[in-house]
Amino acid sequence: MAAGESYPDDLSYHPEHDWARLEGDEAVLGVTWYAQDSLGELVHYEPPDEGTSVAKDESYGEVESVKAVSDLISPLSGEVLEVNQKVVDAPETVNEDPYGEGWLIRIRMTNPAEREQLLDAAAYRKLLEEA
Amino acid sequence: MQTLRRTPLYDRHVALGARLVPFAGWEMPVQYEGVIPEHIAVRTDAGVFDVSHMGELEVEGPTARELLQSTLSNDVDRLDPGDAQYTLLTTETGGIVDDLIVYRLDGHRYLLVVNASNREAAFRWLRERELRGSDVRDVSDDYALLAVQGPRALERIGVAPGKPFTWEMGELGGVEVMINRTGYTGEEGVELACMEDEAGALWDSIIAAGVTPCGLGARDTLRLEMCYPLHGNDIGPQWDAISSGLGWACALDTEFTGAERLRAIKAEGPAEKLVPLRMTDRAIPRQGMPVEGGGEVTSGTHSPMLDVGIALGYLPSERATVGTSVTIDVRGKPRGAQVVRKPFYTREEKS
Repeated sequence: MAAGESYPDDLSYHPEHDWARLEGDEAVLGVTWYAQDSLGELVHYEPPDEGTSVAKDESYGEVESVKAVSDLISPLSGEVLEVNQKVVDAPETVNEDPYGEGWLIRIRMTNPAEREQLLDAAAYRKLLEEA
Repeated sequence: MQTLRRTPLYDRHVALGARLVPFAGWEMPVQYEGVIPEHIAVRTDAGVFDVSHMGELEVEGPTARELLQSTLSNDVDRLDPGDAQYTLLTTETGGIVDDLIVYRLDGHRYLLVVNASNREAAFRWLRERELRGSDVRDVSDDYALLAVQGPRALERIGVAPGKPFTWEMGELGGVEVMINRTGYTGEEGVELACMEDEAGALWDSIIAAGVTPCGLGARDTLRLEMCYPLHGNDIGPQWDAISSGLGWACALDTEFTGAERLRAIKAEGPAEKLVPLRMTDRAIPRQGMPVEGGGEVTSGTHSPMLDVGIALGYLPSERATVGTSVTIDVRGKPRGAQVVRKPFYTREEKS
């Protein structure tokens, strides 16, 4: 079952429809409800390798639905600590729970100041309304 | 900016919450609830597709048979009134202008259902070759076409089972319909042609019978699981019918445009062949991806029934044999696949 539309207040958002949950010097990344709804049911997740670097505003992987491929844009720079293997095995987890079980990677931030450039939930919702 | 055409069911698609996309000059539903649930509905129960964008050409007259026999690859003489046949409109080099289904309506009248994107090309092709005593008309705007497909399709709409590749007239939901025992999903079902202004009533009666509305997204995954080629992706004027694996739809003992060339290609063996490729690595092949050592993916998707990446693509003939392992370049990453037998998906026998 697909989740209902929501944009939790405790997350930070990137305009390319990605979210970050900041936890000390680490962050958990994923895609927003809007992103998964636009793509449809996900059938493939191409993750980065653990230990590699990701850069803010750049692609760190891909998700695919039956019809479309979408780059995953990193909201922050960092080193990949962990890939969510559950999503590799069952990509539809992202549709079911985009902010919980459907997280994509955990990183250690290399430039924590970048967080200041992200949107809060209200600003992200506004961006969606204007799109 | 091109204006997109709409089928008579456009308002119903919008009301059902369909996602509409441009397709061959038409604004068509790509999905309602989602490609995967719609795909599964057709494999396990019944789905209905609005395919009114497809073209209908009528060929009539005492020389209609002669015209079609000389332009279409299959043997029109095998058709009695009430029969239908998959066939190709071929070029001098054996390439494919369009693949279509020809229905023999009566002694001197045939209906050709052609791809939406080739409607004008097929019409022009036949018009230019018209004989004295044959008349080719584009009647696409008069008709709507609904495909009702799935193991429970006939039961749900109250149509008795029939012989594949035949047609008969009937009535459904108070609408007079041409019931065609054809389809593009590999499931039992029919394609229903009715007058354009009665399409709404026919659609409503089918939906009321519990048939799931399905979009072009599921139509594509369903046909690909069956290895049915799509004109514009897997087949076209640039590939001859033998290389495209459609020799079975070419009556090479008859004379038609390109027959001589196709006989030669068949005798020599084609340089490349269209084959089914099943991923052995986790990845989804897509149209245009190169195959290492030569060849290219022409259609690719994720199979909802098999939960694996599947594709059709051309490979050099020496490697186009079942069991051969190949590597597909998936946006820069090498991913393994294997040539397999057609089709990808076969329904388990009913117990």
